Amino acid sequence: MRVRVLGHRTRVLAAAAMAGALALSGCGANEDQNSNNDKSEVEVFSWWTGPGEADGLKAMQADFEKKNPGTKFTNAAIAGGSGTQAKAVLASRLQNNKPPDSFQGHAGAELIDYIKAGQIEPLDDFYDENGLKSVYPKQLLDQITYKGHIYSVPVNIHRSNVLWYNPKILKDAGLDGPPKSIPEFIDALKAVKDKTDKVPLSLGAQWTADHLLENVLLGSLGTDAYNALWEPGADWNTPAVTKALNEFGEIMKYTTLEAASTDWQGAAKAVVDGKAAFNIMGDWAYGYFVGDAPNGLGKKLGEDFDWAPAPGTEGTYMWLSDSFTLPKNAPHRGGALAWLKEVSSKEGQDLFNPKKGSIPARTDADKKLYTGYLKSALDEWTNPNTKLAGSFWHGVTANNKWHTDIDTAVGLFLQNRDVSKLQQGLVNAAKNSGQ
Amino acid sequence: MKTEDEKTTGRLRRSRTWLPGLLLISPSIIAIGLFVYGLIFWNTRVALSGKHDEVSEYGFDKGKNFVDLWDQPSWPGAVENALLFTVVFVGGALLLGAFLAFLMDKGIRGEAAFRTIYLFPMAVSFIATGVVWRWLMNPAPPERAVGLNQLFDKLSLDALANNWWQNQDWGMAAMALPAIWQMSGYVMALYLAGFRGVPEDLREAARVDGASEWQVYRYVVFPQLRPVTLSALIILGHISLKVFDLIMAIAGKQIITYVPAVAAYVEIFDRHDPANGATIATYMLVAVAVLVIPYLVWSVRTERTR
Repeated sequence: MRVRVLGHRTRVLAAAAMAGALALSGCGANEDQNSNNDKSEVEVFSWWTGPGEADGLKAMQADFEKKNPGTKFTNAAIAGGSGTQAKAVLASRLQNNKPPDSFQGHAGAELIDYIKAGQIEPLDDFYDENGLKSVYPKQLLDQITYKGHIYSVPVNIHRSNVLWYNPKILKDAGLDGPPKSIPEFIDALKAVKDKTDKVPLSLGAQWTADHLLENVLLGSLGTDAYNALWEPGADWNTPAVTKALNEFGEIMKYTTLEAASTDWQGAAKAVVDGKAAFNIMGDWAYGYFVGDAPNGLGKKLGEDFDWAPAPGTEGTYMWLSDSFTLPKNAPHRGGALAWLKEVSSKEGQDLFNPKKGSIPARTDADKKLYTGYLKSALDEWTNPNTKLAGSFWHGVTANNKWHTDIDTAVGLFLQNRDVSKLQQGLVNAAKNSGQ
Repeated sequence: MKTEDEKTTGRLRRSRTWLPGLLLISPSIIAIGLFVYGLIFWNTRVALSGKHDEVSEYGFDKGKNFVDLWDQPSWPGAVENALLFTVVFVGGALLLGAFLAFLMDKGIRGEAAFRTIYLFPMAVSFIATGVVWRWLMNPAPPERAVGLNQLFDKLSLDALANNWWQNQDWGMAAMALPAIWQMSGYVMALYLAGFRGVPEDLREAARVDGASEWQVYRYVVFPQLRPVTLSALIILGHISLKVFDLIMAIAGKQIITYVPAVAAYVEIFDRHDPANGATIATYMLVAVAVLVIPYLVWSVRTERTR
């Protein structure tokens, strides 16, 4: 026994010593390079390693290398959905003052921690020099402006408020079409439950309930009231929010029992497989539905599934966006600026987005490249009458603390199903966010 | 009177006895000092600071974090979950391990093969175990059932089907099942070594005195195994209090299976609150220390009396 314990300890020690040696050897490199406007290299940090997104990045890289022959491109992508792992690595690199030249982040409030810590630079001059303020929608620029400055360059747009549904199940339940308001939605869920043996609304792990919550809030409160919730000092303790949360609680009664065991893919797949009637998920689900195996399901829009704006959100685009930043003390600032230029260019965005399955953030994109669902998404995005709302769950309107605290409140609600506690949790989350 | 030369050689000779030993272990001492105790010190320092985001200064807030943490809505649940998990996991693995060792000790045919089979899960990482058990413990109703529930359904054992770790009250007990599966083989190996360490003459003597086989174990073998049980308890206990990878693989960062290690991860990497994360880490260290230090004291003492 004792021998075993000792053996264990030796092994731990060896590992620690090894880690130490690695850390020491890592410290020597890269010191004292005064490399402002160094264009020889660019290290681009992202979490685009999955099918589609990695291809899109590669296409943009090829275009970048053609335009900047003297710049060596290093792809520092780290795998892991929505960047959980990548963000942990990034945090330690930024704290050690060893930033990549440019890193991916959701545009909006998710970047506030980096901004407050002085880790990324404002890009107002960059926007002016490249005439970007006229090619991005004004509402978008307003919503990513923090204290008068813009800190990131959006490359794509995804839509959060999409209701995916199975037309056959809707027919079986005697419904004419997708519900247009939250009360209609609740009636439709009830009809599915009463008249079919299918799941009314499929749901995945806890975060998909957060995603559902933002859609119910938007659908119930309306766009302006939803956007106002994220302003400094906003009041979450209103009867309107209570009503929305009650509706959220009601909707949650029609969800899958095994939700916590599945991620969004499982929940979305239930709709196209004819096991569930509805699912509310962002439009990245579209690429998953229509893509070819093994990464996609090879289903057909209009037959196996269809979509509508989430109930009560017609005419509003609840957006989220991947964007790139300029870290302070970027070792190759010149390379980084050249990369940002690529990312903000029409060609770059038109190369990236059809592959990734999203639409360009710019309004002057080449519409011919976008077909199927993406065509209608782009039409709506570029329509001047469309209102924009920022997705809180996907980093637009809430900073990291607020975001996590809402997630905690929703997680507790999934357990106790107590709407008043949920509201109190949301009030506290807004108060403590420090945003 | 000795000359200077003789003194030096004497010192040299004496140093020859301790110097090589010191040189041999000094890398370990330095590494442990830096990477274990140095980091423990730093962690405690952050826990006592007011650094609740990247920007603010460290400062010193007199342990306020340790009190305030209990007002965090997710924290009390995380502690309850960890306790329930620990009780079920440690108890289950000890009982199952002891039982398997007891069966083996009877000298069954193909013992080596069984031993390997039972020990094998230990070679698997908690992450891999988690991925499989995530599927096995899916609570879907019969028409969509997979994993264990589907098996029960097929065998008409519907009564056994349940919602596993998604049960509001006892979910963490289900979460302990994969951990028991994984570690009971190890406990078995410990006990088996313990059983084999009990001299055959002692058992013979008991049998001669008319003890039944059960009584031999009850009064002769088991009392000799207290050190083994204690070691197993410590090893399982500290694994259990620090459990992270298994939970992350099965449930991810969902409130329903929150434990302190997951909470620390969320505080540091999601909420960007280093002080709270360090506070949780300190609590975990204290919890493990409460378990391990008495054991160390006890084992040093028994060593001396021997």
